Amino acid sequence: MLGKLSLDALPLDQPVIMGAFGFMGLVAFSVLAALTYFGRWKWLWTEWLTTVDHKKIGVMYIILALVMLLRGFSDAIMMRTQLALAHGGAAGYLPPEHYDQIFSAHGAIMIFFMAMPFVIGMINIVVPLQIGARDVAFPFLNSLSFWLTVAGFGLINVSLGIGEFARTGWLAYPPLSELGYSPGVGVDYYIWSLQISGVGTTLSGVNFIATILRNRAPGMTLMRMPVFTWTALCSSIQIVAAFPILTICLALLSLDRYLGMHFFTNDLGGNQMMYVNLIWAWGHPEVYILILPAFGIFSEVVATFSGKRLFGYVPMVVATMVIAVLSFLVWLHHFFTMGAGGDVNGFFGIATMIIAIPTGVKVFNWLFTMYRGRIRFSVPILWTIGFMITFVIGGMTGVLLAVPPADFVLHNSLFLVAHFHNTIIGGVVFGLLAGFNYWFPKVFGFRLNEKLGRCAFWCWLVGFYLAFIPLYIVGLMGMTRRLNHYDNPDWHPFMIVAAVGAVVILCGIVFQLVQLVVSIVQREKTRDLTGDPWNGRTLEWAIPSPPPAYNFAEIPIVTGRDAFWETKKSRTTRGVGRFQRIHMPRNTSAGLVIGGFALVLGFALVWHIWWMAAAGAVGIVATAIAYSFKLNREYFLSALDVERSEKLLSLAAV
Amino acid sequence: MAATLLLGGCNWGVLDPQGPIGEAERSLILESTLLMLIIVVPVIVLVCAFAWRYRASNTKAKYMPEWDRSNAVAAVMVLAPVAIVSVLAVMTWQASHRLDPFKAIVSDAKPIAIDVVALDWKWLFIYPELRIATVNEIAFPTDVPVDFRITSASVMNSFFIPQLGSQIYAMGGMQTKLSLMASRAGSYAGLSANYSGGGFSDMKFQAIASDQPSYERWIAKVKAAPQALSDGVYVALAKPSEKHPVEYFSSVAPDLFDQILHDTKSEPRAAAMLGAALCIANKE
Repeated sequence: MLGKLSLDALPLDQPVIMGAFGFMGLVAFSVLAALTYFGRWKWLWTEWLTTVDHKKIGVMYIILALVMLLRGFSDAIMMRTQLALAHGGAAGYLPPEHYDQIFSAHGAIMIFFMAMPFVIGMINIVVPLQIGARDVAFPFLNSLSFWLTVAGFGLINVSLGIGEFARTGWLAYPPLSELGYSPGVGVDYYIWSLQISGVGTTLSGVNFIATILRNRAPGMTLMRMPVFTWTALCSSIQIVAAFPILTICLALLSLDRYLGMHFFTNDLGGNQMMYVNLIWAWGHPEVYILILPAFGIFSEVVATFSGKRLFGYVPMVVATMVIAVLSFLVWLHHFFTMGAGGDVNGFFGIATMIIAIPTGVKVFNWLFTMYRGRIRFSVPILWTIGFMITFVIGGMTGVLLAVPPADFVLHNSLFLVAHFHNTIIGGVVFGLLAGFNYWFPKVFGFRLNEKLGRCAFWCWLVGFYLAFIPLYIVGLMGMTRRLNHYDNPDWHPFMIVAAVGAVVILCGIVFQLVQLVVSIVQREKTRDLTGDPWNGRTLEWAIPSPPPAYNFAEIPIVTGRDAFWETKKSRTTRGVGRFQRIHMPRNTSAGLVIGGFALVLGFALVWHIWWMAAAGAVGIVATAIAYSFKLNREYFLSALDVERSEKLLSLAAV
Repeated sequence: MAATLLLGGCNWGVLDPQGPIGEAERSLILESTLLMLIIVVPVIVLVCAFAWRYRASNTKAKYMPEWDRSNAVAAVMVLAPVAIVSVLAVMTWQASHRLDPFKAIVSDAKPIAIDVVALDWKWLFIYPELRIATVNEIAFPTDVPVDFRITSASVMNSFFIPQLGSQIYAMGGMQTKLSLMASRAGSYAGLSANYSGGGFSDMKFQAIASDQPSYERWIAKVKAAPQALSDGVYVALAKPSEKHPVEYFSSVAPDLFDQILHDTKSEPRAAAMLGAALCIANKE
């Protein structure tokens, strides 16, 4: 009746896990209790859960990302303390069967459920505003994407308390991830949480491509688009091209595990090298899917806070496109040590280095945007400058790893771990936090606290160097990744410094949260009534903050790059012409319901509860069919309503 | 080396190589890094300099809000990375061929053959010419190339002796090759550099490089071991074990490596899986 599920699935003997799961439950319970106590259920349902408004969906993506940042980071700090303790015969406090789940979960969570939702949330909020659109191309699809991501998020969090997570590393290389070596449900949790959220991500990619290509305001040619929108477009194209590879790769692995097939086994013609190729054919573009929008954020921030046009717009766009294409041609550099031979390794090594050229162009463009500018040192530009310094170091170690014989001694070492954290923290996370501080006032109508933002920045920056420079060094000393304990006494001091670094980063995260809370409490002090708190350049700053549901009462007509900057220069005010009625999408719970069924389906597949899986699958299809028959999916906001709402907004601004 | 002196007795692993492959790889790491620093250092300096010089409070600095292109800057920002990457690309192409792990080291000395099998979670070494086998320890003379043939009877691992140079994956049903040589005598730590499951952290071995007489004494010691690596002993050895001690086997079938390769490829694990699936179905 319940498949493989029984009471044994609860890790009652593992106090650390039960404590964490209990804590999660407690937080969830307090949130639910607070909602009930304050009677906000109806508000939550109509304003948020069933919304199809791109801004609110974006906000929910970012909340999800922040929650998972906390979980992924607690994994990180457990790993660092384990390695600070477990040396010279000591076992530490995390036995391998738990520790191995932690590093697997840390990677999977940080990439799929922290960085991806953060990036997609950012694109969701900003892109329609930057291109003068009223919403994304497919608002319901957007809601569905989000709820599928939430289903994956639910599944990966359930794995903490019911059953186990994969003990295979975040990419689950077979044959270790095959049934013979990983008979538990951990790998199945991994597969289904990624598959479900992966469908959501692919649909998001489709949605953003359609939005950017079809919904731009009149006059906004492609070469007038803000750079963030360009990077979002490239990133979305990469998503659509790369995520199906991941889906197929994991589908083949699940055929091996569920139906006894032999795609990736040692025996009967299976080929594990095929999996490694497929997963990296997705995995390498994936890191650029994350970093390109971050590059876009830095481009916006550096121009705004230098009070200057972005230097080299055309090279910037070309470099973005080149990186997007090249990112599909370098995947083999993740396994030079598989023995492909000099020609193949040499080719992929050089292809990888070539990416350094467009990336270098970008760095110079940011640098010369600051040149002869008037730089206002607000929090977003601090992140940008921190990024520029940190990222060139990460880029350098990346090119070093692209030299195959150098990789032969550095592959899988902590040097590699330091490298990709250098680019992902120093690039993606810094970028997202810059964007968070930059666009927060647009979304909520008040700025974040500067002082606490600065504290967060400095803790992150210093913590990053303390945590990862030691890893570069021990990597060169021959320490490999994913060790649970070690004997070499030379490594120990570095592990202690790295753990201290993790604590400093923790302070950064705490400051970030305190910043959020304090800013909300003191919101009247930093309230922005102009809609343009930073003296911005692009269209999103032309409308009030927070923007009304329809974003633009009148669709702007664009006459150049930096559309809003041009308007401000020519001193034309916001149009006060005659308003017209606006076609709006109606809220729907269909996305939420499909996400719920997807979670049921995923859970049932993990535990082999076939009737429940059937129920979940039928539920998904039935909801989709029912929704397709719904006729009143849109409505018109009358011209009078628009006028009234705009009047209120401009009254507030006076 | 300066760093080695600075920190005294530390083992600097990859930066303190003890054989020609590791030495070549260390030089490559240092040369590529220095080459890249030519561009990285100025960029970092310029970021700090521009950020300081063009701060908003410095009204003396020039302000050109509309300036967004310059052919001179464009030329530098493309040509400088192109120049560095071109040099690096040539180095990479040559080194990828010169240091291909499969390529046998050229030497006057006759190479020693060692077959390596990754097991859960220990290393089995077979000396096919000497018909001896060991677990988690190998020995070879200095200045003699060692030709490893590597496979796994279980999951993917990576065979790595940091101070001697290159690593290469050990994969079930497949054979990879690696040629290494030690220039100086010593006992070098070896490990698996690819996570392979619960006992992975202790999947370590020692590679002892010594002069010829010591090496011969070591062989004699192995040959004097009480047990041989028979089929039954191998089957027991292949079962998962953690922190496996060093073991010596006085004799072994010289084709054990090929036998393992063949068995891993064709073992009908499918039948076992089908059985497991039926079991689950029955329970329901």
